[in-house]
Amino acid sequence: MVFDYLKELAGVGEGKKEAEKHPDKGVVVADTPKSIPTKEESKEAGPKTNASSWLSLDSWIDLDGLKKGLQKTRTRIESNLHGLLSLKQDINEDVIEELEAALIEADMGVKFVTRLIEELRDAWESGEVTDTAGMKELLKTRLKERFKEDCRDLHMAPAPPTVIMVAGVNGSGKTTSIAKLGNMLVKDGKKVLLAAGDTFRAAATEQLEIWSGRIGAQIVKHGEGADPAAVAYDAVEAAVARGMDIVIVDTAGRLHTKQNLMQELGKIKRVLSKRIEGAPHEVLMVLDATTGQNAISQAKLFKEVIDVTGLFLAKVDGTAKGGIVIGMQDEVKIPVKFLGLGEGADDIQKFDPDRFVDALFD
Amino acid sequence: MFESISGTLEGIFDKLRGRGRLTKENIEEGLREVRTALLEADVNYRVVKDFIKRVMEKAEGEEVIKSVTPGQQIVKIIHDELVNIMGPVGPTLTFRDGGPTVVMLVGLQGCGKTTTAAKLAGLVMSKGRKPLLVAADVKRPAAIKQLKVLGKQLGVPVYSEDDGQPTVICQKAVDYARENTLDVIILDTAGRLHIDEELMKELRDIKDKVEPSHIFFVCDAMTGQDAVNSAKEFNSNLEFDGAILTKLDGDTRGGAALSIKSVTGKPIKFVGVGEKLDKLEEFYPDRMASRILGMGDVVTLVEKAQAVTDEGQARSFAKKIKEDTLTLEDFMDQLQQVKKMGPLQEILSMIPGMGNKLEGLDVGDHQMNRIEAIMRSMTREERQTPDIIGGDRKMRIAKGSGTTVQDVNQLLKQFKMVKKMLRQVSSGGPMRRMGIPKMGFPTDFGRGKKG
Repeated sequence: MVFDYLKELAGVGEGKKEAEKHPDKGVVVADTPKSIPTKEESKEAGPKTNASSWLSLDSWIDLDGLKKGLQKTRTRIESNLHGLLSLKQDINEDVIEELEAALIEADMGVKFVTRLIEELRDAWESGEVTDTAGMKELLKTRLKERFKEDCRDLHMAPAPPTVIMVAGVNGSGKTTSIAKLGNMLVKDGKKVLLAAGDTFRAAATEQLEIWSGRIGAQIVKHGEGADPAAVAYDAVEAAVARGMDIVIVDTAGRLHTKQNLMQELGKIKRVLSKRIEGAPHEVLMVLDATTGQNAISQAKLFKEVIDVTGLFLAKVDGTAKGGIVIGMQDEVKIPVKFLGLGEGADDIQKFDPDRFVDALFD
Repeated sequence: MFESISGTLEGIFDKLRGRGRLTKENIEEGLREVRTALLEADVNYRVVKDFIKRVMEKAEGEEVIKSVTPGQQIVKIIHDELVNIMGPVGPTLTFRDGGPTVVMLVGLQGCGKTTTAAKLAGLVMSKGRKPLLVAADVKRPAAIKQLKVLGKQLGVPVYSEDDGQPTVICQKAVDYARENTLDVIILDTAGRLHIDEELMKELRDIKDKVEPSHIFFVCDAMTGQDAVNSAKEFNSNLEFDGAILTKLDGDTRGGAALSIKSVTGKPIKFVGVGEKLDKLEEFYPDRMASRILGMGDVVTLVEKAQAVTDEGQARSFAKKIKEDTLTLEDFMDQLQQVKKMGPLQEILSMIPGMGNKLEGLDVGDHQMNRIEAIMRSMTREERQTPDIIGGDRKMRIAKGSGTTVQDVNQLLKQFKMVKKMLRQVSSGGPMRRMGIPKMGFPTDFGRGKKG
């Protein structure tokens, strides 16, 4: 019952049926919202417009791994929430207060949580939910709803190479995340080239180079202190010349409040689009899952400058939970596309909100 | 953009201030908003709860009710409580007599350990010590290389081995330091994504074998509610002496500072405020509390001003104001000095009451750069006697600086106004004594014109 309700909310049911009709599942993803052109539609649009496609990478959703990764989170919510909610017991003020504490401690943000708690309280007072089990289902539904409009596939260029630009604040885990993304795409049969655009941090290029060797991707690099826009440009040139499918452009970490550095990022993006129309096709912002409310400011300012198209939530297997991606949705709407769950190149998953939320509770 | 915590709190206190007498209800209402503000600053839920309870108890006490300015009393209570939580800092770094002083840095991945290690090395070097950096992180690709590059920039030796046991590397590093008469050893240990037993064992091992004089927990200032968990975990395993909060130069409200101290009892010792290697400062709870409460940070501002001001130059500037012989040339010099103090927004935000008024206001450095460009496009003669700048010259200057004639006109006009204003205050104002005329700087220059 709940499952049906969820599918309805997420518009999954329809999408699934559609996908079953099309054998070409590798390209069109099941839960693609209607606003996203399917392969057929984009073909109709003609070759001149964006005859782009979407890469779903759905095989990279792995519930067990995610559960393991979220174990720490789960333990915390479990002790307060799962423990309180899974037993079928009456709701009282203490339960509600503990619930509020658990949600705030998961970084979901005080304003969102306050509103959520009010809704739950109303549902309790109106008799819509009568026990903790019912409240748990309602809560899960509310959390999942927040992602229902999102497209989580990778936007592919009409003709290769597809350019993916990656940015984020210092220490968020950009380089490792790029390695994971690159690895995922290599395993998907793509020819991947990495652009060592972090020319500021000491040894960042070396770090990326080590990774490129491990995952079997090519790399374009300049020396330390080189102009990152030039590296990006050269990488795209090389990718065209060598017939690569994907270029992933690394950039130096920067705090979103540093105007000059943000302008530099804008320049990199402009340079990419000069070489290939429509590039970068994806702009991912890497967000450390331990980040608190500052994530909102980060996302807003990065979006303003480089029009971020997706979030890569890194370090999800850490001590923190990444609840901020649930909380921040009202303030800045950027779909979460990937989760980074460990230190190895394979420790990446495509973000799946239903599983993400379920893993927090079950 | 998102309001700063000072902005939020200032609004609340303005409201409280407006009232002659406070009832229990309006204290509660005010504190509810303080609670929201602190939670939005990522202060841990339970820490906030205790904090509000303590403030409430004090606010209900006699002194507030009897006070003529109850609002101000509450602000003072909150300020004092914040200082109480975050302080006292105690001595930051003490050096061991005889043997080398070992400083060990621990923390999660990406919190800024390696950069902080280099910054600390720079700091002890400026105190006349001879540091050694030790790359005890053998796991992250290129971590060793990163430390080596930073060491080279500072001129500090780096001890590293390509592989091997971190504990052994640290022990060997101590021997190396003894042999080479280096007296401060800074250990850059490995970070992990999560706090696992393996990492803790490795760190405990290093602690037992090397017996560091200081262990500092390095924490990203943008960390959310989780800061308490990692701080607790590292503290229970290693009993660290204090914490270093990094990346505080962004717009994070840094609630982690409050959380860490309250759950571990260990103070914040240093803060990282920039990517450059000299951007490590000592932590002052009262300044931090003042900043949180929107009281500005005049102490830091004056310190910064003093650091960049050339006494002689300042005196001659003051003399020129008095004699009314100020030229654009002098303004160029002043501009350079202000620039040395850091980004304009950062400087302005330290002025009391300015913090929350800057939100959304465009006081970016590009305006300063444009003014500078115009002045640099003038000849020395033009800067000394701006009156000679006629139509042709204006055109040339505009072209040379990539601006318009109107922009040049506006600068000249504002210069005249500033000069007049300075003449009026030259009978002795705080600016003259400080040596940095606040410049009546035409910060609104060019706004609304080009974009």
